[in-house]
Amino acid sequence: MFLARVVGEVVATIKHPHLAAQKLLLVRQEPTPGRPQPPAVIAVDSVDAGIGDRVLVADEGNSAAQVLRKPRGPVRTVIVGIVDETVGDA
Amino acid sequence: MNFARVVGTVVCTEKVRAWKGSRLLLVQPTDSAGEPTPARPLAAVDLVSAAPGQLVFYVRGREAATALADPENPADAAIVGLVDHVRETPVGAR
Repeated sequence: MFLARVVGEVVATIKHPHLAAQKLLLVRQEPTPGRPQPPAVIAVDSVDAGIGDRVLVADEGNSAAQVLRKPRGPVRTVIVGIVDETVGDA
Repeated sequence: MNFARVVGTVVCTEKVRAWKGSRLLLVQPTDSAGEPTPARPLAAVDLVSAAPGQLVFYVRGREAATALADPENPADAAIVGLVDHVRETPVGAR
């Protein structure tokens, strides 16, 4: 899992049936000093996150299936929590 | 899931049986604005009838194989959506 910021939403009318009716958000991983910033990725929202929220993102298929309560399918990136705070150095 | 742009088609007459009837496309990973990233192009199974030049999103890894009807196949990248648009809101770091 990684920490990220919700920076947008993605609209896609045509998508795999497994993704039907899922809210797709654009999440940008929090920058790590001295490392290149990875591009923003698309995550399925399971916690009703909004733009600007700091979130916890899981990037693994089995986690995604569990959280979305679906059989395994072509989804692996899911927002699984809204972060209130983190304590300590990242 | 990551963004990519369709840059070509891969034609294989002989291929894994589970891929029969599926197209393989060549995609260049991009950022959310559609600008290419340094990542190398990938061959991906197409599930959404994407066209050359189109901005799409794809899933990588084991989950890609589950996009097909027969999940017992060796796909490690699958195009699962066509991007209509991305609404990106600048968010100030807190």
